[in-house]
Amino acid sequence: MNPPRIRAPRQARAGEVVEIRTLIEHPMETGLRMEGGRLVPRNMLASMVVRVNGEVALQVELSNGSAANPYHVFFLRLERASEVEVSCVDEAGRSARSMARIAVG
Amino acid sequence: MHRRAALALLALPWAALAQEDALAGAIREAVGDAQAAEGGINLRAPATAENGGQVPLTILVESPQTAAEHVTAIHVFATRNPTPGVASFRLTPALARAEVQTRIRLAESQIVVVLAQLSDGSLRRANAEIRVTTGGCLT
Repeated sequence: MNPPRIRAPRQARAGEVVEIRTLIEHPMETGLRMEGGRLVPRNMLASMVVRVNGEVALQVELSNGSAANPYHVFFLRLERASEVEVSCVDEAGRSARSMARIAVG
Repeated sequence: MHRRAALALLALPWAALAQEDALAGAIREAVGDAQAAEGGINLRAPATAENGGQVPLTILVESPQTAAEHVTAIHVFATRNPTPGVASFRLTPALARAEVQTRIRLAESQIVVVLAQLSDGSLRRANAEIRVTTGGCLT
């Protein structure tokens, strides 16, 4: 699995609200789709976790109705320099993670 | 021939009932038997989605997002997909506002249900009706 892509500002003022965008490349096969007369085996991402400086900020549990290549946007208020880590796990137990650093000052 | 037609007619309401059961079950699993109040959720979705495989959805719950008062979870359900579960978001006060944007899959035109759980134990609900031009689950 490719590491999640994170779009975040490099710098923010203390107390500023910043927009974070994440994209995970994943087919999100539900196991319900037919291709050439056969079912494509299920291959879904199970969850995505966002940590800010090690603390969980947002946790997402993904089910069949989540689109392929999950894309999410959320907003953080940053008081100090922050490391935003996005990790994801699929149902087969494979995982990937990546990190963005935001300077605050 | 007649028999098959009769069976097809019989099968339809059963399928709809099964779908409703699955939806009720998924909601109960997510939030228990709590009663939801309408309002307090700003749900933005296209009235018509050309591609049911990638339908943008923005959910904003009115909340100050403080340690004492914040949204703890947002659950999204599709009422007429093969399975109702879409996603559950577990929020913390680290989020500046109780807003998430995501992209969902819709098999056909239907109502999307959003439930928000708050730190005081209350539950809010909002619905969005989305017309789907090309279904996104089985293609």
